[in-house]
Amino acid sequence: MIGAWPILSIVTFLPLFGALFLLLIRGEGEVVAQNARHVTLWVTGFTFLVSLALLIGFDPKMPGYQFEEKAEWLPGTGIGYHMGIDGISMPFVLLSTFLTPLAILASWRSIKSRVREYMIAFLVLETMMIGMFVSLDMLMFYLFFEAVLIPMFIIIGVWGGARRVYAAFKFFLYTLLGSVLMLVCILAMYIEVGTTDIPILTAYSFGVGMQTWLFLGFLASFAVKVPMWPVHTWLPDAHVEAPTAGSMILAGVLLKMGGYGFIRFSLPMFPHASEFFSPLIFAMSIIAVIYTSLVALAQSDMKKLIAYSSVAHMGFVTIGIFTLTEQGIAGAMFQMISHGLVSAALFFCVGVVYDRLHTREISAYGGVAAVMPRYAVFFMFMMLASVGLPGTSGFVGELLVLVGAWKASTWVAFFTATGLVLGATYMLWLYRRVMLGGIIHEKVHDMEPLTQREFAIFLPITVIVLWFGVYPASLLDLMVGSIQLVIDTVSSSGVSLLAQN
Amino acid sequence: MYSSIVFLPLIGSVIAGFLSFYNRDRVAELTTIACLLLSFLFSIIVFAEVAIGGKPVTVDLARWIVSGDFAAHWRLRFDTLTAVMLIVVTGVSSMVHIYSVGYMSHDKARARFMSYLSFFTFAMLMLVTSDNLVQLFFGWEGVGVASYLLIGFWYKKDSAHIAAMKAFVVNRVGDFGFALGILAIYHIFGSIDFDVIFSEAGLFSKTNISFLGFSLPALEVAGILLFIGAMGKSAQLGLHTWLPDAMEGPTPVSALIHAATMVTAGVFMVCRLSPMLEFAPVSLAVITIVGGTTAIFAATVGMTQFDIKRVIAYSTCSQLGYMFFAAGVSAYPAAMFHLTTHAFFKALLFLGAGSVIHALSDEQDLRRMGGIWDKIPLTYMMMWIGSLALAGFPFFAGFYSKDMILEAAYAAHTGVGNYAFWMGCMAAFLTAFYSWRLLILAFHGKPRASAEAMAHIHESPKVMTIPLFVLALGAIFAGWLGYEMFVGKDMMTFWGESIFILPWNQAMERAHHVPTWVKLLPIMLAASGVALAVLFYGFLPGMPGRVAAAFRPIYLFFFNKWYFDELYERVFVGPAVRIGVLLWHRGDKHIIDGFGPDGMSGLVYRVSGYCARIQSGFVFHYVLAMLVGVVILVTWYYLRMRGIGG
Repeated sequence: MIGAWPILSIVTFLPLFGALFLLLIRGEGEVVAQNARHVTLWVTGFTFLVSLALLIGFDPKMPGYQFEEKAEWLPGTGIGYHMGIDGISMPFVLLSTFLTPLAILASWRSIKSRVREYMIAFLVLETMMIGMFVSLDMLMFYLFFEAVLIPMFIIIGVWGGARRVYAAFKFFLYTLLGSVLMLVCILAMYIEVGTTDIPILTAYSFGVGMQTWLFLGFLASFAVKVPMWPVHTWLPDAHVEAPTAGSMILAGVLLKMGGYGFIRFSLPMFPHASEFFSPLIFAMSIIAVIYTSLVALAQSDMKKLIAYSSVAHMGFVTIGIFTLTEQGIAGAMFQMISHGLVSAALFFCVGVVYDRLHTREISAYGGVAAVMPRYAVFFMFMMLASVGLPGTSGFVGELLVLVGAWKASTWVAFFTATGLVLGATYMLWLYRRVMLGGIIHEKVHDMEPLTQREFAIFLPITVIVLWFGVYPASLLDLMVGSIQLVIDTVSSSGVSLLAQN
Repeated sequence: MYSSIVFLPLIGSVIAGFLSFYNRDRVAELTTIACLLLSFLFSIIVFAEVAIGGKPVTVDLARWIVSGDFAAHWRLRFDTLTAVMLIVVTGVSSMVHIYSVGYMSHDKARARFMSYLSFFTFAMLMLVTSDNLVQLFFGWEGVGVASYLLIGFWYKKDSAHIAAMKAFVVNRVGDFGFALGILAIYHIFGSIDFDVIFSEAGLFSKTNISFLGFSLPALEVAGILLFIGAMGKSAQLGLHTWLPDAMEGPTPVSALIHAATMVTAGVFMVCRLSPMLEFAPVSLAVITIVGGTTAIFAATVGMTQFDIKRVIAYSTCSQLGYMFFAAGVSAYPAAMFHLTTHAFFKALLFLGAGSVIHALSDEQDLRRMGGIWDKIPLTYMMMWIGSLALAGFPFFAGFYSKDMILEAAYAAHTGVGNYAFWMGCMAAFLTAFYSWRLLILAFHGKPRASAEAMAHIHESPKVMTIPLFVLALGAIFAGWLGYEMFVGKDMMTFWGESIFILPWNQAMERAHHVPTWVKLLPIMLAASGVALAVLFYGFLPGMPGRVAAAFRPIYLFFFNKWYFDELYERVFVGPAVRIGVLLWHRGDKHIIDGFGPDGMSGLVYRVSGYCARIQSGFVFHYVLAMLVGVVILVTWYYLRMRGIGG
């Protein structure tokens, strides 16, 4: 019965309807704010429940697209309304629908001005994110991919910190530059093939020369989104200025757009170029892992530190993808989902103490564990997940990426593995300086213990991170068919895979 | 029953963890102890069935990480090697749990402490029952986290959480090698399951793999990488710096984790991998050299330290060196034998030291002890038993196992074997010396503690002394009880397939037939070590100072722990942060942003600035511009007309 419903469209546009509904709310300022919060929470929560139907109805044995929806949009042009998900996009859809209600809860108290507009921005953001992951038409994908920026730009620019305008513009400038190049590439592909339908484009084999240019054009866009070194400098600024929930979604979902793009487009559509440029990607990613880990060591701002750690973790992802091995890609996928959960939780960790003392300076804290014991447990767990402790989801992704990397080159594996040591160093150091030791600052004494609302945000993330760490098969099984299909597409195009099996 | 051995402590840990938020300390203590004792009981049964009965068992639990042909499963493996470790881990752990009830009785967070201890036990049991390298790594990291949490248990104390972080990070350096080792194994064998590795190791003894551009013997690469992991966990030379600092944790932790169990994980791993390492002779040679060097290194440092726990910590480090070089000369049974006896007497020594510290109101400095032997006679007796066992006096546990190791090293008749033998002999002398130095400084001579501490001095409660008794029994009898089974004539029927020794590596066999002087030497050395310590610290109290002054450079070198910490601080820790700051300021802010977004927006800003300046608002500017425009237009038009006309 589920198949009869246009369930993807429902999941995608439900938040948008919620946003329209919010526009209709009338009343006093505080009443509107309170209603807007509740409506948004209900809508996003309901969207999550509906998206669970995707999980139930999904058949992991079928590697192709499922829940497909197709409709005329611009007749006769080869551009259509086409949606569908496979094992690669489905985890991201669930990640988006799962994190959004938590982000709404996280901004329950900390957002006080223009609450309704804020909630509208978040609902629009959710529609754009989901739409991007489920689009099977290049033009649709591009529209969603770019439109995601607008609500995020507004969230940072309106509800952000002191230097929010600088951060928002930097964010916009970087991502726009990449997008323009991608748009040119999409046009070139459209002219060549005569359609923007993604399955058709995937099946089409572009000439080797054209692949090179298209690959570079897409790389410009995806590299900024990931972000890869050296186009990562927008991320720390954006995170620092963004409100907590903005950071959660930015790190949790938006950073995954680049990795998703690589797997969905670059690999199957430009296999030759992907193989040709893989050493470049490895070099950039290894620099990202080592360079940004060292920079993270030097940070005195909690959010900046975690932002830099995100760049390092995403370095693992890009390495995994371009090993072109099953383990590498599966590891990259797993790492993206895991990082989405863990980094969102870590940014929320910062948000929790920020709400109390209104500073992100590490040196303003110290000894917090004594006054907030429950918080200390969650923060500790997320920190350990972030450094890839076995038994948490962080480990599975890192291990599989390393397995793939060793197949590509022992050098790559060697340098990637240094991330294990560096990552532990800056995260443990952060935890030590914020949570442990005696209380130096008087204000820390008065910090309120973890509230039930905050507890309710941590708990589901913790459970899932632990579950994926102990039984990752529940996620890997969903993806394995689609990943195999990507690899088959790459290898059938005659690319000498770096290593078979 | 088999899997409940592993999971009972986890259940206890989780329950105690929840109780810690509701201040139900007594319930938490009882629950965890009950779980542990039950687990210990089951371990004895399993030991009887698996090790003595010779019936290995594997328990399948679930799929874990499966991707393509990479597969790691949750699976528990019970063979003789595991069974021995089960007895050691659950035995010592349950004693430490009970002891902690007394030792921590003044602490506010007892439930949290018990939860951590039980969690550690769970992770350690996962480690020893693992059936593949990745699950081994799970246990490996799990005990690392437990150790981190327990070292930093008194997290308000700066030295404690700094030591905790140091332990974790140094171990991560080892894990870096371990992780690469797992990858190498997977690359060679296409699997990380022990069964596959062990059955096929012989086939790959001549295979080369490419590693970092070199073509190297495959098994050697894997062996050495994995050994780097073992070096971190077992605090071998180079990666040992965390162990002495780890003494910041409560003393029961030092006894359980940093003496009896976790630090021996590296030795266990090497023995576990014997079927593969036997085909990697260079790796074994490296293990022997590192082990031998650590044995002597730690002993030289141990004899100069004044913190009672640090002396024992260096002693642990040194004894681990013995175990490693035993394994390095293919005497794995001897290594496991020493691991077992050492667990009992070293836990005894630590808990005894804890009892001294407890009695003296948390005093740890040997220079402020003394003259208390008749005030705490029970503890005094326990420390004697522990020291006798450690120094290897006849019929105590250490005598059997340590002599076995030295004899095997001698009987290996290899260069590295001889090196290890002589290092081991020297270390044996120093071991006896520092043990009696500790005994005399702590218990004899004039009381040097403050009058207040001396007034409060008291023997520990029963809940602390009973575990000491149990461990003392082990320290006395474990040697001759285990001798025939572990290293006797029929040892291979006991070990079964869990340990593999190539027929031409005869160190174990020949160890029973070494010349008499080799058998006597360690005892003589130990006796003279004791004699020297008694002479120096008992009769000529001025002597140690004079000797230290006469050999000042050497003394300082030993006292400062061979300057490892200073070296690492200069070479790694300091530069890492400095490079980080440099990359951030120069790289990110200056170069990338300077030429990227900021440079770009700066450029746009400047250009628009020029444009704005043209719009000055003065009419004559605009008129002039119009005039110039008209002139250009007319000229262009005129020229064009001319062109057409011509």
